[in-house]
Amino acid sequence: MKKSPLALVAAAAVLGLTLSGCGGSATPASTGSAGGGAAAGASKAKTATSAADLGGMDALVAAAKAEGTINVIALPDDWANYGQIKKDFAAKYGIKVNSILPDASSKEEIDAAEKNKGTANAPDVFDLGTAVTMASTKYFAPYKVAQWDKIPAGNKESTGLWVNDYTGIMSVGYNATKFGEITSLDQLTDPKFKGQVAFNGKPAEAGAAFNGFLMVNNANGGTLDNLQPGLDWVKKMKQAGSLNLADVTAGTIDAGTHGVVFDWSYNQVSTIARLKAKGVDWKTFVPKGGEIASYYNQAINVDAPHPAAARLFQEYLYSDAGQNAWIKGGASPILYESMKAAGTIDAASAANLPKVDGTPKTPTSDQSKAANDFLKKNWDAAVA
Amino acid sequence: MSVAPSVTPTHSRDAAPAASRRRGPWLSVAGTVPFFAYTAIFLVLPTLLVVVGAFRSREGVFTLNGITQALSERTIGIFINSLVVSAVTALIGAVAGALIAYALATAPSGSLMRRTFTAFMSVVAQFGGVMLAFAFIATIGINGMVTRLMTQTVGFSLDPAMLSTLFGVGVVYIYFQIPLMVIVFLPALDGLKPQWREATANLGGTGVTYWTRVAGPILLPSFLGSYLLLFANSFSAFATAAALISQQTIIVPMEIESALRNENDLGMDAYAQALALGMIIVVALVMWGYAVLGRRASRWQA
Repeated sequence: MKKSPLALVAAAAVLGLTLSGCGGSATPASTGSAGGGAAAGASKAKTATSAADLGGMDALVAAAKAEGTINVIALPDDWANYGQIKKDFAAKYGIKVNSILPDASSKEEIDAAEKNKGTANAPDVFDLGTAVTMASTKYFAPYKVAQWDKIPAGNKESTGLWVNDYTGIMSVGYNATKFGEITSLDQLTDPKFKGQVAFNGKPAEAGAAFNGFLMVNNANGGTLDNLQPGLDWVKKMKQAGSLNLADVTAGTIDAGTHGVVFDWSYNQVSTIARLKAKGVDWKTFVPKGGEIASYYNQAINVDAPHPAAARLFQEYLYSDAGQNAWIKGGASPILYESMKAAGTIDAASAANLPKVDGTPKTPTSDQSKAANDFLKKNWDAAVA
Repeated sequence: MSVAPSVTPTHSRDAAPAASRRRGPWLSVAGTVPFFAYTAIFLVLPTLLVVVGAFRSREGVFTLNGITQALSERTIGIFINSLVVSAVTALIGAVAGALIAYALATAPSGSLMRRTFTAFMSVVAQFGGVMLAFAFIATIGINGMVTRLMTQTVGFSLDPAMLSTLFGVGVVYIYFQIPLMVIVFLPALDGLKPQWREATANLGGTGVTYWTRVAGPILLPSFLGSYLLLFANSFSAFATAAALISQQTIIVPMEIESALRNENDLGMDAYAQALALGMIIVVALVMWGYAVLGRRASRWQA
């Protein structure tokens, strides 16, 4: 972890220069006034829907630097490489990244914005699951990043209220040193997996666990509208004694309490790196038929205490440096295809992306709602 | 927060002339201000917010959805789980703790042995939360020390999955219930005067008579009071159980957390508050019982 970020910072710095060069030349007239008053910049930043509104990228950077801080929420260091992203952003712009409640859920992000509204402690930016995003648009400020046009129309709200950021693929991570190769979910009923297998949370409550359930359901012949096969499989696992209901953390995985974990591919990557240092081979596979993907979404808090820094953070995430950092963490960012065409993907990092055979499925919001109701009703009894 | 500085000066200005005439009453009232301010902010206000919140939807309109959901069969089952695990662990803790406390009470009150033991009990009684859960996972969990030792030596072990069941949670709770009972019950035992026992003997009573007719009735209120304290203690516990079981909801605090966090269904705030309201009612009943018993017990401690 120590070595590679340096190279990336260098790459980011170069990229930043070229980007700001573009911004400057596009609107040369207004860049001069940007350094003027930080207060004026801040009030303007609050309503800016693009960097151009503020007088270009240089002006945005200057306004963000004047604010000096950004509050990010629910971004754990070991989730989708956010540890590096936060560090790189802080180093590049000299802006303090204040990471609030890293383990909060998407809903708690919105609750934090509501409860801290008008204070300097409110989150500036959100990273939200789809259900919460769709229900919370009144909390968002519209903003279009420089790369806006390259983001497919289906992956963004047309005024820029929210934009898809990255997705992973649901996968099974396991301790290959202890258990050898695993290729199918059926193997997990073997007695050697007693008390080892876990979802990352409760499916009727947490997004990662919910999608983990959809993965086992689809891999066992279910569909996004028929969840019984998944539930039957969970019951079978429970009877075989394989399920471990304790909370999954880096600590429990390292201690050998959880040997098989269903989670997003981008969360498995940090486990792989961590366990490699201990001589343990943590491998992943995507069960056949159970390919599930789900985009998370970026949005800016409409009452952001640091509106310019919030917007600059978005620009950074959708720059090649930000996108490559996600790729390095095993997440597929929204600009993946366009970067592939432009040849700007960091090849070494791309090796972290999971290999997927089938076409990943994503539930519609109606399907999500029905599935959640189904799980709320049946899950507790199935694992009791 | 911003209100405080603007209020204080006005107060002191009004209070100044009065204080010169009758300093006593003012000072004694002023002494209680921190207490009442503290209770108002950390007890009354949150309670009111919970009561109001139980009838408010996320959009701020009146709703009975939360209450209706809280009265569903599934939720009542969770409440019963919570009540059972609290009642049973409190009972086991109270009985075992009382016996240990009695053993301690027979030692001279200044002895090193007794001081060491009570100090240890005070520490263990506060050992809870995620650390306690992890201590058990590391000992008798799937890859725990004792589990592995037993498998290697005697060829079998306790079922590690036990820790993630209601029973397992109960076992872990007893770990802090017993020492807590020892701490709260020891003073009552110390209050038993040796003269009472002598008087019983002088009047021809046996050991059984003493315990059933004298010590028993005197200790009963404080035993029951301690029991209620233990009950409330485990009824409100959350972190330990949450660390042991994250993928199933078995007790009320976990259901509240689940409703507040839920990423898949945002409309559960009122339900969470309704659950909290239910817990407040239970704890209020318990505390009322505790107060009644406390009054009875204090008769013998004068």
